[in-house]
Amino acid sequence: MSVVELDDAVAVLGQFPALAGATLRVEKGEIVLLRGPNGAGKTTLLRLCAGLLPLVRGTGTVLGLDLATHRESIRRTVGLLGHQNGLYLDLTVAENVRFWGSTVGASVDEMQVAMRRLDVAGRLADVSVNKLSAGQKRRTALACLIARRAQLWLLDEPHAGLDASARDELDDTLTQAAAAGATILVASHELERAGSLATRSVEVVAGRVYDVVPGDPGSGNCEGEA
Amino acid sequence: MNTLQIARLVAAKDLRIEWNSRVFVNQVLPFAGVTMVIFAFALDADSVLQRVAPGLVWLATLFSLLVLVQRAFAVETADGALDALRVAGVDPRAIYLGKAAALGVQLLVLEAVLLFAAVVLYGQTIPAGGWVLLVTTLISATCGLAAVGTLYGGLAAGFTGRETLLPLLTFPAVAPVLIGATRAVEAALGTAGAVVSDGWPWVGLLAVFAVAFGVGGALAFGPLIDE
Amino acid sequence: MTTTDPTLSPTGPVGDRRSSGAGTGTRGTRIIGIATIVAMGWLVAFGLGFSPEDRDQRESVRLLYVHVPTIWIAYLAFIVTAIASVMYFFGKKKSLGWDRLAGASAEIGTAFVAVTLVIGAMWGRLTWGVFWQWDARLTTTALLFVTYIGYLAVRRLGGTHEQRARRSAVIGMLAVLEIPLVHWSVRLWRSLHQEATVLGTDGDVSMDGLMLFSLFIGVIAFSLLYVWLVMHRTRVMAMEDLLDDRDLDEALAARHAEAEPVVAAGNEEGTA
Repeated sequence: MSVVELDDAVAVLGQFPALAGATLRVEKGEIVLLRGPNGAGKTTLLRLCAGLLPLVRGTGTVLGLDLATHRESIRRTVGLLGHQNGLYLDLTVAENVRFWGSTVGASVDEMQVAMRRLDVAGRLADVSVNKLSAGQKRRTALACLIARRAQLWLLDEPHAGLDASARDELDDTLTQAAAAGATILVASHELERAGSLATRSVEVVAGRVYDVVPGDPGSGNCEGEA
Repeated sequence: MNTLQIARLVAAKDLRIEWNSRVFVNQVLPFAGVTMVIFAFALDADSVLQRVAPGLVWLATLFSLLVLVQRAFAVETADGALDALRVAGVDPRAIYLGKAAALGVQLLVLEAVLLFAAVVLYGQTIPAGGWVLLVTTLISATCGLAAVGTLYGGLAAGFTGRETLLPLLTFPAVAPVLIGATRAVEAALGTAGAVVSDGWPWVGLLAVFAVAFGVGGALAFGPLIDE
Repeated sequence: MTTTDPTLSPTGPVGDRRSSGAGTGTRGTRIIGIATIVAMGWLVAFGLGFSPEDRDQRESVRLLYVHVPTIWIAYLAFIVTAIASVMYFFGKKKSLGWDRLAGASAEIGTAFVAVTLVIGAMWGRLTWGVFWQWDARLTTTALLFVTYIGYLAVRRLGGTHEQRARRSAVIGMLAVLEIPLVHWSVRLWRSLHQEATVLGTDGDVSMDGLMLFSLFIGVIAFSLLYVWLVMHRTRVMAMEDLLDDRDLDEALAARHAEAEPVVAAGNEEGTA
């Protein structure tokens, strides 16, 4: 059973078919890089897999659950880091992590570990999120994501805004998560960094998904249609 | 965690946000106070003000309800937190009950302040026999207002035009609360010859309303916030 | 290109009735339309001609032959909306036809309430001397009107048809919850109001045989009008939905076309 199976999936934003017939198959333990120009539909693809958007046409399953009928169940098993951070701006870092951790039943220790990994424990912990820099907010959001222990991680440009050491830390975290059995989909423009992390790349163009010939991720070889 | 525990988590989170940001204390309460003052400008006679004071209290509450609900969902949509709650698989009923509870707490504080303002600005007095009715009215009316506000606030949250959609949906729905709460407070204060016993049927109405919308809202919230 | 809505077909909306060309008329609607015109003709004849003037209200009672049926039919329309909302929401197949019925019925019901209020205001002016009074019935009717304006606003929030249908079904069901509560509270409110107005607020007229008959015809005429309007409106909505689906097909094609140059360029470069 694949973790993600999409067949000619269409998802819309208002009237616009952001995802216009995407076919994708992702197996357990893979780290798949989604490449593609802006507006290609990468974000929509991730949100669809998270169970947030309805499937307008085509079929799809995530972790064996049908996207057409079981979106609520799918959501519980995935972790999504979207363009926004999903934080409460008036709460501190610690309050945010505590809240989000509690919603998934994470223990205090787990939350502390997550915060320390992303270097938001300590001084930053009691700072209100609206006073943080973009990178710090991102790290907080990642700490909340780690605490979820999801089976499928969906990351939308996770490296954006992070400094070098935070990026390294993120890469370590992802590699460990995959080794522990999680499956990861990453949308990113950072082809070198994400490319070396990924086991596979696909190109998202105009709402569809194309396989990329394995090799140098910067070469842009596209081969037919997935 | 079961639904009630998560609801309590959500309610605590909302109240903590208000505590940290102080929007309620710094902006909403003064807003409510100002409406009480400008009512006096519009209704120029002291006798009129005295007669309609209970109604003005509830009108000011309704206007402040809109502001509070907008705020409650603005914090959710500012950084995509509501989406994150959905992805986290949090039971929408728990989100609803938690947010409604936090909204209710703020409303109660607001109403108490407004009643105090009515005593000061409109020359109202609260007779000893009216306190039980008054408190019961406040609680039951608040539950109804919080239930309706949270429900339609959730619906309107994601859309442009939400600022005007919210009052359009909310005001007709809370008309029974406005009618009942005003009559009950008039009975508690003895306005225009009303006696305390007149107020209890209204409290019954308010209670039924609160239960109906509490249950209906909890069930409807999930489908309404979903995409 | 297939559409996702099984109740639509590319050649004709709604089921097996085939429309002739571009309109939404079929044999069924023509029959009902003619029946409506006939019934309206009878209504005019009896309402304006044969029925006597009222002892107290004189000629203005004739307005009631329109005013009363419209509010009754409006309530019927809203009940249909509620039932259709339930059928959509709890149905296994989630057929959009129910959603379109709910929406069409609500639109027409709201229009009928508007007619009720306007005719009622005219009648009030003639009989009581005022356009409006805050009695139980009028107040409830006004709130009913605003409630369904809200329902119609929710229907226009956009999104896919399924999203619209689900949202509207929930709001439609909530409206059914609201209306009795409004009714109860307003009735209780006005019954306690000691300062009953000098003008008899009831509006019920004791009617003799011919007047009752005219009213009866009014109900029939407006019921037929309602059915005719709902049939046409649901079909128009079906065609609008079909148009949206076709727009989606076009949008998909346009989007695919975006990809061709990029994919072709990709195939050209990097063959080494």
